[in-house]
Amino acid sequence: MTAQDTKIATLDAEGLSLRSVSLWNITWRRLFRRRSALVGMGMLGLLVLIALTADLVAPYSPTLSMLDAKPPQALQRRSPPCIHLLGCPADQPQHILGTDGNIRDEFSRLLHGSRVSLVIGLSTVTFAIVIGTVLGALGGYFGGWPDNLIMRTMDVVLAFPSLLLAIAIVTVLGPGLINALLAIGIVSIPAYARVVRASVLSVREMDYVSATRALGGGTIQILFRRILPNALTPLIVQGTLGIATAILDAAALSFLGLGAQPPTPEWGKMLADERNQVFTAPHLVFYPGLAIMVTVLSFNLLGDGLRDALDPRLSNVS
Amino acid sequence: MGTYILRRLLLSIPVLIGILFATFALARWIPSDPCVAMLGEHATEAVCNDWNFRHGLTDKQGNKLPVLVQFPRYMGDILRGDFGRSFRFSLPITEILMQRLPITVELSFTALFFSMLVGIPLGVISAVRHNSSVDVLTMVWANVGVSMPVFWLGLMLAYVFALALKDTPFALPPSGRLTPGVLTTPFWEIWGLSIPSSGALYSLLDFVSRLNILNAVLSADLELLRDAVTHLILPAAALGTIPMALIARMSRSAMLEVLGQDYVRTARAKGLRQSVVVLKHAFRNALLPLVTVIGLSLGGLLGGAVLTETVFNLGGVGRILFEAITARDYGIVQGFTVVIAVFFVVLNLIVDVSYAYLDPRIRLT
Repeated sequence: MTAQDTKIATLDAEGLSLRSVSLWNITWRRLFRRRSALVGMGMLGLLVLIALTADLVAPYSPTLSMLDAKPPQALQRRSPPCIHLLGCPADQPQHILGTDGNIRDEFSRLLHGSRVSLVIGLSTVTFAIVIGTVLGALGGYFGGWPDNLIMRTMDVVLAFPSLLLAIAIVTVLGPGLINALLAIGIVSIPAYARVVRASVLSVREMDYVSATRALGGGTIQILFRRILPNALTPLIVQGTLGIATAILDAAALSFLGLGAQPPTPEWGKMLADERNQVFTAPHLVFYPGLAIMVTVLSFNLLGDGLRDALDPRLSNVS
Repeated sequence: MGTYILRRLLLSIPVLIGILFATFALARWIPSDPCVAMLGEHATEAVCNDWNFRHGLTDKQGNKLPVLVQFPRYMGDILRGDFGRSFRFSLPITEILMQRLPITVELSFTALFFSMLVGIPLGVISAVRHNSSVDVLTMVWANVGVSMPVFWLGLMLAYVFALALKDTPFALPPSGRLTPGVLTTPFWEIWGLSIPSSGALYSLLDFVSRLNILNAVLSADLELLRDAVTHLILPAAALGTIPMALIARMSRSAMLEVLGQDYVRTARAKGLRQSVVVLKHAFRNALLPLVTVIGLSLGGLLGGAVLTETVFNLGGVGRILFEAITARDYGIVQGFTVVIAVFFVVLNLIVDVSYAYLDPRIRLT
């Protein structure tokens, strides 16, 4: 390529730069301009940091019950928060958010809960995306009866309220965190299958796909190299928002006693255990719920920001 | 229009059969013997054989009936309107449904009404005053609203209104449908009508009279009305918050899109008042996406109802279904999920049809 060619390629009619910019580059830049997305990313970063350093930051073990502490240290169950800086007598042990019904440090449990929640969100959505992508791609690419069979099955799954279906599946599999994750993963498959199928349908007949086929490309190559990359952006948006829903649903299942089992420090379970004490020890209900809300909110904000940043209709506003 | 509705109806038949099979299979996959779950230590083999036979699960010798025998029989029963009996309550499923459904219907419709009443105006105002402080506040609130766990919000509302505001005029009861001891009389008895206690008319009147608020209005009992309403405010507010946030968001973005259209500019240019432009020219065209969100919210409300009914001690459909699943009460699980899923399918149908009504272009495709 001569120097002049390069010059033409990088300048448009008005002499403005046309340096090639990748989609991810543009997305990042747009994402950083949105205040809500930034807030979401900040909150999420903090959560990840807390999850990674929970062992170092937490003053106590999340499962340690301080039953046999000697008198000045002795604690009532569900003792209120005690912070030395805020005037709590120095001879009492410091519990920033008090202790729960088993005399465990609520603050430590809350910190460790962030791990559980993030793992829940990521694992269920990964599971649902993988299965949903395969089903949606097969249906969209081959059409005909496989498509009908897959999509009608998805319709049936969607015909039930997702939480009720998840409850039913957990009952079949037996209560427990892993089974709850599986249930939430299963009920969220249709959303991803539909997204992928729609993208596949929209590009299946495109010229570049026919070209690949004419060049002797196999089905696998066409599907994974030519068609599925088109489904990536809607999947990322759907997945980020899906993590938020998954965390909420998992908390709900745990609240009903079908998810995490004791002594796992899971926020929904912590809240459920103390819900009858809401009038006497409201802090034990308030903080776990607040933690769930903050986590879900951060994924929602990030997902919304991503949706706007990846929206091709706004492509001129780089 | 007629052919469109007909086509949509025919398309839902395979889905309905799938739903029937899914609930049927699900109920049978739930591990453990319902007989053991029901009778506990009294569940000897002889007793269970007899019990299973009486409940149509096995033949006389105690062999499980093949699925191919059970499923058609079950479909036939459903089509005849026979949902079977509950093991736990020893009552026909339809009867339990008629007792519990009003609670959930009252709760979810109040919640939806509340969320539309607040959500739509908020969304419209923040679209009209784009980027104003009202807009920013609404969007922040909408984001927080969809991120809140229903059960947490419910408990917090209960704490604030039942304890923190206890002796103020804002105090609200944290559980139940009515103050304990308050009894309701069906409105038709107050009207002095005597209805034979069977038949469709009785079922309908009975159902209506179990909707406490409607019953109180119809029988002009202000004290009862006040009691029912105060008990409903907290659960409805908790359940309605997520749909409210969704509706506010959707009506805002739909309005924003419409307000940028040429015909809105034309309407402004010809000197129409702002209210006419917003409500007549813009809002009507923003209705389409709103209908979807409202339709979908009604579905989500049922899931939320399980949690709300748990928090506020209401024995509605959601709570009973949850208890039935954990107690292996096949009859209720099957019957209730079928009814809920059919309700969903019908709801989707209504959403699609109202699309076709709101936007004539859709009918042609």
